[in-house]
Amino acid sequence: MTTTSVPSSESWLEVAPLQARDALLGLLPESLHWIASSVLAIAVLVGAFGLMFAYLTLAERKLLGRIQNRPGPNRTGWAGLLQPFADAVKALTKEDIVPRDADKVLHALAPVSLVALSLIGLAVIPFGRHLVAIELDAAVLYFFAAGAATELSIFMAGWASRNKYSLLAAMRALAQLISYEVPLLLSVVPVVLVAGTLSTTAIVAAQGGWAAGFWPHWHVLTPWGFSAFCLFMIAALAESNRSPFDLPEAESELIAGHLTEYSGFKYALFFMAEYFGMAALSAMAVTLFLGGWQAPLGWLEVLPSYVWFAAKLLALLAGFIWIRATFPRLRIDQLTRLAWKFLVPMALLNLANAAFWSLTAGWSGPLQAVRWAVSLAAVVVPFLLLSRSLFSGLGPRVYRYAPS
Amino acid sequence: MSLAFLALALVCVVTASAAMISRNLIHSALLLVLTWIGLAGLYLWAGADFVGFSQAIVYVGGVSMVVLFAVLLTRRQRDEPLVLIPEAGVGRVVAGLAATFWVAALLVPAMVVAPLVQRAGPGPTLTVKRIGELLAGPHLVAVLVVGVILTVSLIGALYLAAPVTAEDQPEWDNGGTGRDRGNQEEPS
Repeated sequence: MTTTSVPSSESWLEVAPLQARDALLGLLPESLHWIASSVLAIAVLVGAFGLMFAYLTLAERKLLGRIQNRPGPNRTGWAGLLQPFADAVKALTKEDIVPRDADKVLHALAPVSLVALSLIGLAVIPFGRHLVAIELDAAVLYFFAAGAATELSIFMAGWASRNKYSLLAAMRALAQLISYEVPLLLSVVPVVLVAGTLSTTAIVAAQGGWAAGFWPHWHVLTPWGFSAFCLFMIAALAESNRSPFDLPEAESELIAGHLTEYSGFKYALFFMAEYFGMAALSAMAVTLFLGGWQAPLGWLEVLPSYVWFAAKLLALLAGFIWIRATFPRLRIDQLTRLAWKFLVPMALLNLANAAFWSLTAGWSGPLQAVRWAVSLAAVVVPFLLLSRSLFSGLGPRVYRYAPS
Repeated sequence: MSLAFLALALVCVVTASAAMISRNLIHSALLLVLTWIGLAGLYLWAGADFVGFSQAIVYVGGVSMVVLFAVLLTRRQRDEPLVLIPEAGVGRVVAGLAATFWVAALLVPAMVVAPLVQRAGPGPTLTVKRIGELLAGPHLVAVLVVGVILTVSLIGALYLAAPVTAEDQPEWDNGGTGRDRGNQEEPS
């Protein structure tokens, strides 16, 4: 964690994590502080997100259950609260099976590298006013550079298993990554353009304050920002292989794809990596668009900043689960068509929109209304035109039944 | 020379050599990705954060996918041995030597002239805005030329890959409509 001096005016809860860290570091000799500080940050991140992963699996099963009108896991512990630990014990004690003809090194390396790559992106997320593991000037670039290699691990898993379903999954994962990396990055560029920086802490700081006393300066509350946020979340769903974009692991057609030949704890590692990746991308979305750790209203700042960050993060994750329960899986041609014909043009137009927004930052009074109207039109009109022209004639489907 | 530099250079050289020696194309491709990660590390060591992370995004995230795709799509059997043509003709040898000569003629003088930095200094602190101004100002011609070259290569790849005549079209491709499959006449 960065060693910034703590202003005394802030509330006790806001600075409590820093004081706890300083108290722990005080137990060690001065020469070890630099490494102990890093190890502590890593331990806190892995511990917090590990526990969140455990309970996210439970939350997902519970929510999916309630949405499908069934109770979900409710037997282990109090109302199913110990279910994640029972799952962990089961995964750890299962036999680890490696196919005879598999590429043994890559087969073992794939889940490990996937978890590692999914975790390192979390280092640059500002979780609170003073809580960021490393401050980088190019933090946004670092985050996406770290995330870019995750599909490579999925490819390794699919190829090393020596199973035709796994290989198909690997091919699908590659096609999906190539398609969705572009809109993901393009939807981030407007934020960098308007904020004028690649540093995550500076981007969050730029979203502080309120217009007219109640309208937060969050990027999602501007026309271009809302459009970019939607594009980012769609691309993030695809990047983290979540439903409705879970083609690489489609259980009904590819018998779970790259996961087919994995068992025991390696199998659990893949799930861990999926949730870590989902949490990291959601945390990035919160940082870029939802104001990071900023409270929505001034008087709500009585709650410490990290509570606001956690609330926004959990809301986005619940959205991910809700989407999984709602949408059917896309076909591979629909998947790539959506990316190249809809998301990429929208993201490019949105870039021009953000440039306009950035150039007209000085407008005030009635010109401000013109600015909003033009920006809003630049989102809505292309959206309507694109969706009308792309998806005309595709639905609704007419069902013809045999005459009785 | 710092230990970090030596370690990164070792990673690059060892993985690149292993990629050349390996008989398994997929292993070669994955080792090449490791080489690119090592190169990104070298940029970071030199203090060029932006270039380092861009290298990681473009090469590890993008180019590696294209390489793997090409390997998977061009090889029929996963264990198909690399066919080495035994009789190396004179033309082959001459072409190989010429290519080696040109690459060496480009790289060796550059390596001799460039001073070897002994330690990572405080790198130039370039903001993103400054990089953008440099790219859109003094280096605009270079950016445009690179863009044109990439477009030309893309069009060339499309021309080479797209089926030109009806015979080239694979049997399963009935014009992309996806309808009336099975109602057609048997392909002769």
